[in-house]
Amino acid sequence: MTVEILLQSVISGILMGFVYALIAAGLSLIFGLMEIVNFAHGEFLMLAMFGAFWTWALWSVDPLLSLPLTTAALFLLGVLTYKGIIRWILDGPMLTQIFATFGLAVFLRSGAQFLFGVDFRLIQNPWIQGRISLGGLFIGLPQLTASLAALAAFGFLYWFLTRTETGLALQATAQDRQAASLMGIDTEWMFALGWGIGSACVGVAGALLAIFFYVFPDVGATFALLAYVTVALGGFGNVPATLLAGVIVGLVEVLGGVLINPALKYAVVFLLYLVVVLWRPQGLFGKF
Amino acid sequence: MAGPMAKRVAGGLVLLALLAFPLLVTLPHRRHVMIMIFLYAMLATAWNILAGYCGQISLGHAIFFGLGAYTSTTLLKHAAISPWIGMLAGAAVAVVVSQAIGFPVFRLRGHYFAIATIALGEIIQTLFINWDWIGGARGVFVPIRRPDSFVYFQFNESKQNYYYIALAMLALALGVTRLLERSRAGFYFRAIREDQDAAASLGINVARFKQIAMGISAGLTALGGTFYAQYILFIDAESVLSLSLSILICLVAVLGGVGTLWGPLLGAAVLVPLSEGTRILLGGGGKALDLLIYGGLIVLISVVQPGGLMALLRRAMGRAHQLGLGAPSRPRLGHDRP
Repeated sequence: MTVEILLQSVISGILMGFVYALIAAGLSLIFGLMEIVNFAHGEFLMLAMFGAFWTWALWSVDPLLSLPLTTAALFLLGVLTYKGIIRWILDGPMLTQIFATFGLAVFLRSGAQFLFGVDFRLIQNPWIQGRISLGGLFIGLPQLTASLAALAAFGFLYWFLTRTETGLALQATAQDRQAASLMGIDTEWMFALGWGIGSACVGVAGALLAIFFYVFPDVGATFALLAYVTVALGGFGNVPATLLAGVIVGLVEVLGGVLINPALKYAVVFLLYLVVVLWRPQGLFGKF
Repeated sequence: MAGPMAKRVAGGLVLLALLAFPLLVTLPHRRHVMIMIFLYAMLATAWNILAGYCGQISLGHAIFFGLGAYTSTTLLKHAAISPWIGMLAGAAVAVVVSQAIGFPVFRLRGHYFAIATIALGEIIQTLFINWDWIGGARGVFVPIRRPDSFVYFQFNESKQNYYYIALAMLALALGVTRLLERSRAGFYFRAIREDQDAAASLGINVARFKQIAMGISAGLTALGGTFYAQYILFIDAESVLSLSLSILICLVAVLGGVGTLWGPLLGAAVLVPLSEGTRILLGGGGKALDLLIYGGLIVLISVVQPGGLMALLRRAMGRAHQLGLGAPSRPRLGHDRP
């Protein structure tokens, strides 16, 4: 084990961590608003990746160029999911809440499998490819781009939530639905908006991942599981903390692979989830 | 609603028909569909004890199924021990593991619990994929015996024996559920489901009864695992330990009606033929049309009728008899927050 390998792993871990953070931020936002875990979050990511893939395959539009389109499409999907499904189960039993989104996940995943087949697809010759080397360390340019863009999107989300009136209204709704409603906030619209923004996060992440990751119907499952771990680490509903949590998950995944066994890296991450929720159920940075 | 006498007669006739089925129907595929209905109904019934009655939504039941399958198969392969003994050993292993898992995980509630069971399932699947001695990622073939042997739980000449074994296992799971429904433990389970804190304040040892529900559920699920291994004669981590299997078990119960005795059987009787039917229609080929329909149905049922098909059936029967029994009560599960 050389220092280079370790450093290289740390860099990869941090780079992937920013992408994980963006995916988890969407999940966390929705949970903070209405205490519902979107079990179809990974499938939304998969749809975003397929969206980016097909715009490239059919019209040879680079994923980076179609990113706004992918994001808008996912925003719409989120709003529609809220209006069509979530709104009706908000006050339902938890079992219903879990299985409504689980059913949606199964539906979307097998829908993609039905339409596109189970093949792994990869976007050939994206705009950004190759790598740069920094004193013996190599960084893939696609990974770097995706990571920085995810970080930028995360920054934008944070700015939106803390500095704009709509963002503050979202936060108020998350804190107290009734009180927010009494202050003249249209909480129904806030819920729909929350689902829109939460899904738009995976829209951005999906388009970015499509540059260098295989696209296939099951691709969302792993990312979604990592997102649950990230959200749990950051504390359910605590959006800013998911950034650090995402980096931790990225590092644990890569270092678990390097130091223990590559085949066991996800097991290490899930073990981290169990340790965190059992030791600090409010998450590492949770306040309550 | 029909009187209890008429119900008993109808039930007896159905049981008789089920017992006579393999004598009248010899087509292997028809028998296979029935066996699969019994197996999934049995697994969903076992899951239902923990999730439906006790309100603890496990998304990792494949762990126990896999432990049952791997224990009996490993004992058979390495020590030539009869799978019947392996079946009991598998159930014992599953019960022990379930208690070890339950001890920490039952401290979590709601979504945290559900996600923790997913995480555990993934960890155990990963470990089994990388554990070479028990077959690793290649899986294990159950050694084939000729001629058929009852001791070695192998009946390759006809599916008739598998049919009766699966039916007996289903009857066992339903019987256990029925007993629980009427026992003190069963009432405690439902009290925990409705309001854990209230149950605790009434003096119910919540942690202990969650563990009991988990143990019963895990043991029954493991029996199904051994049956699967001896029926299909091949197991690997993907087929017996995967998250998708865990979810499939839940979907069967959720569709049929969670927290009801007959719901899981009803769900399996709808989903398994659907799955087999689309496979014949489309010739498999990884098209996943059956799962597409499952997913859609589950979303629909969650939004429209969370009580599942059982609630729809009860309502339809109530209407037919003009008895005005009112809307069937919906199972109200896990309102608690972490």
